[in-house]
Amino acid sequence: MEQPLSDELARETIELELFIQAMHRRYGYDFSQYAPASLRRRVRQLAERLGCDSISVLTGRALHEPKLLPQLLEGLSVPVSDMFRDPAVFRALREQVLPLLASYPQINIWQAGCAHGEEVYSLAILLEEEGLYERSRIFATDLSANALRQAEEGIYPVREAQQWSRNYQAAGGTRSLVDYYSARYDLLKLDDRLRRNITFAQHNLASDRVFCEAHLVLCRNVLIYFSNPLQDHCLALFRDSLVRGGFLCLGMCESIDFAGNAGDFAAVDAHLRIYRLAANSAVMAAP
Amino acid sequence: MKTAAAIVVGCSSGGFDALKVLLGGLDPRLSQPLLVCCHSGSETIELLCELLGRVSPLPVIAAAERHAVRGGHVQLAPTGYHLLVEPDRCFALSTDPRVNHSRPSIDVLFASAAMVWRDTLIGVVLTGASADGAEGLQLVRRAGGCAIVQSPASARVPAMPQAALDRAGADYCVPLDDIPPLLNRLCLP
Repeated sequence: MEQPLSDELARETIELELFIQAMHRRYGYDFSQYAPASLRRRVRQLAERLGCDSISVLTGRALHEPKLLPQLLEGLSVPVSDMFRDPAVFRALREQVLPLLASYPQINIWQAGCAHGEEVYSLAILLEEEGLYERSRIFATDLSANALRQAEEGIYPVREAQQWSRNYQAAGGTRSLVDYYSARYDLLKLDDRLRRNITFAQHNLASDRVFCEAHLVLCRNVLIYFSNPLQDHCLALFRDSLVRGGFLCLGMCESIDFAGNAGDFAAVDAHLRIYRLAANSAVMAAP
Repeated sequence: MKTAAAIVVGCSSGGFDALKVLLGGLDPRLSQPLLVCCHSGSETIELLCELLGRVSPLPVIAAAERHAVRGGHVQLAPTGYHLLVEPDRCFALSTDPRVNHSRPSIDVLFASAAMVWRDTLIGVVLTGASADGAEGLQLVRRAGGCAIVQSPASARVPAMPQAALDRAGADYCVPLDDIPPLLNRLCLP
């Protein structure tokens, strides 16, 4: 006889709580403020991937095998993206945001939750083509060291190339995306030169402090995994990180309607989720 | 099952025309939320909402991240995101990898909705070419909810309803035209 689903779910809810507690107490990573529906899916998948019959078994392994930590974090963090995903956003960054950033002698961009780096390199290409890359620095951060390592390599499945080229053109690319990668077998490798002004670093949005003084913060489809309080916390982090008049770009379906700190940002393009730090916000004094 | 509290609908190839029939036949007094995952392939969901809104007696809108699920509204999963319902009955989105080659995936929506509404949920699987929705519908049934599958013979593309029948079975397997009156009957007091 099959176990009733309600029993199974009630048990799994306990298991999930214990897993979250174990990760926090054992390693200091707090996932308690992640939105529950997706977190449950990810933890289930993680258990499955590691051959664990239940979340409890996964919790046991997490406690006993510190070597698993990078894999656990990878499974619980931002998934992969595409180059120039939502081309209209990258077009707007190119046409509306970069011209305003061009007045700064040094441009700092923080991409929070960069995963495998697809959007980091998209940004680097934008800056290159707009003649701003020499005086730009991109800080690409992620919770997962494994993801960062992959991002740093800049190697992707070549089957993505077609879609990414279409995105690049739609985003107003002035050349051809092929100019920026070499393809071999079934992989494409982005030009090493694109990496010259990118700094990859581990950073946990849930617990770490302001990362840098930024003129633009990109954080797309990352906060969708966070509860309202943690989302609000991150908005404060971005506000404190941005220079006066700095820009924030979120994912195209993200809502900040319930975040108290949303008032510090004024929409530049509400549809594309591009915001600017409002003049009257409680910005930190410039250093 | 108890009185229905919510309806989830999944469709793929041929889904737009099927949705027009389904929504077009709904009773305007329905107070339950109706959540739709449709593999439309269109770039944004707004146009689909507008077109369906012309035939639906209930307002058709895109499901908005973090916002509460709205009764008496048809809410569509945005293109390119999985749509989930949180325990507090607010919408969540995810860009996690495709499931059954699809994002949004019907299985993902149905699984999260089954956890929230359990034996007060109605799951509906319509025309489509994949097996998406079969596992989700199974969860809906295991949670005590009600499963409606469009009869494969009446579906433009029968693979998806057939896969749902094979895996989950159904409380009702009926032609498309019979689904709206059935929903009205199950949802109105």
